[in-house]
Amino acid sequence: MIKTDILIIGAGPTGLFTVFEAGLLQLKCHLIDALPQPGGQCSEIYPKKPIYDIPGFPEVLAGDLVDNLMEQIKSFQPGFTLGERAETIEKLEDDSFVVTTNKGTKHNAPIVAIAGGLGSFEPRKPLLDNITKFEDKGVAYMIKDPEVYRNRKVLIAGGGDSALDWSIFLAEIASEVTLVHRRNEFRGALDSVEKVQQLKNQGKINLITPAEVIGLEGDEKLDTVLIRKNKEEEIALKVDDFIPLFGLSPKLGPIGNWGLEIEKNAIKVDNTLDYQTNIPGIYAIGDVNTYPGKLKLILCGFHEATLMCQSAYQRIYPDKKYVMKYTTVGGVTGFDGSKKEAPKAVVKAID
Amino acid sequence: MSDVKIKITDREGVTHEVDAPTDMNMNLMEVVRSYELAPEGTIGVCGGMAMCASCQCYIKSEHELPKMSDDEDAMLAEAFYVEDNSRLGCQIRITEDLEGLEVELAPES
Repeated sequence: MIKTDILIIGAGPTGLFTVFEAGLLQLKCHLIDALPQPGGQCSEIYPKKPIYDIPGFPEVLAGDLVDNLMEQIKSFQPGFTLGERAETIEKLEDDSFVVTTNKGTKHNAPIVAIAGGLGSFEPRKPLLDNITKFEDKGVAYMIKDPEVYRNRKVLIAGGGDSALDWSIFLAEIASEVTLVHRRNEFRGALDSVEKVQQLKNQGKINLITPAEVIGLEGDEKLDTVLIRKNKEEEIALKVDDFIPLFGLSPKLGPIGNWGLEIEKNAIKVDNTLDYQTNIPGIYAIGDVNTYPGKLKLILCGFHEATLMCQSAYQRIYPDKKYVMKYTTVGGVTGFDGSKKEAPKAVVKAID
Repeated sequence: MSDVKIKITDREGVTHEVDAPTDMNMNLMEVVRSYELAPEGTIGVCGGMAMCASCQCYIKSEHELPKMSDDEDAMLAEAFYVEDNSRLGCQIRITEDLEGLEVELAPES
């Protein structure tokens, strides 16, 4: 069981900044995120796009903002459970919570801060009637361990970076790689597109465009994929694996069943005080919450995280008095023993 | 500057005639959200960057629309339920040329 002071669900910008504000109060944090990397939407959807309304940054790329936040919180040594989705919550007798992920990892903390943005990112499944029947029997929506495809016949569908990158990667491992895309044009990074072209010319990737997968066949497991090319020609291709890579879409998911008050796909919180939900000890901050006048902006998430940490501190230490201290005055003392502080003024007489 | 009238058929099949302002730099996705014609969180998920297709709609009238950018074209190439008249609402800016536009929201996916 992972134990911490504040368990943060969602490692987007709001969740990451919470670690900093909590750290100033000497509270430890652990983050859970369904994605394999921190940063939330900033890393997953638009890492290369600029943001113009982060105070003090006239322009910053979303990916760089995440890198900066990771650097800012480093000395507070946050723990991460990545690639796992928070599934259930349970309240213990001591009023603390246990949150369990879909992979069974258990986390215990007196405070839970939901910074889940739009929810957890789930793969978008192609519209094929029987596709669920073949899940884990030849159909997978993401590649966790490429080794399982060694010497197998793999078909990848999609036109973005992940479809291109995995086709390139698996070309060396699988016995046969086929890439199917609805257009002749691909949307990925230029060098990936060129690499696929190269591998196609060498006969290492079988490219079928413009085409679409229209059917799946097999008894116990996937056996044949039906492809329609140029809107008329039909191809039946024997494969071991079909990996549709059509991006991810966010779903509020299991958090919706935690007994929290939900409105418009978001969690209602008390914005007059501390962004606490209807369950004491559970807070919701950033894009995942709603209150009158709510704006889904990163800068609002930072503010909400800051007030939330003050409230969490009071909840954990009801008898302690605390006065907010400026970082310029108090410096930043990390859990790793590091200390950052403003340089002392030099006092020296002038002769 | 004035409003234009736009007919929007929601995902339940109900048609709404709404006034869309031409002087607020709004796009069609934002008009749908401002009138709450689709639940929050099911439209405009990426915020209008042509990166999620949650605002996909079908253009039902003969209006001449701004040309598709490469981003929009590529996103629609990966989206589901795409038809020849599919567009991303977030890429259609409301202008006076859109008076009488008729659109239908594509299913959620």
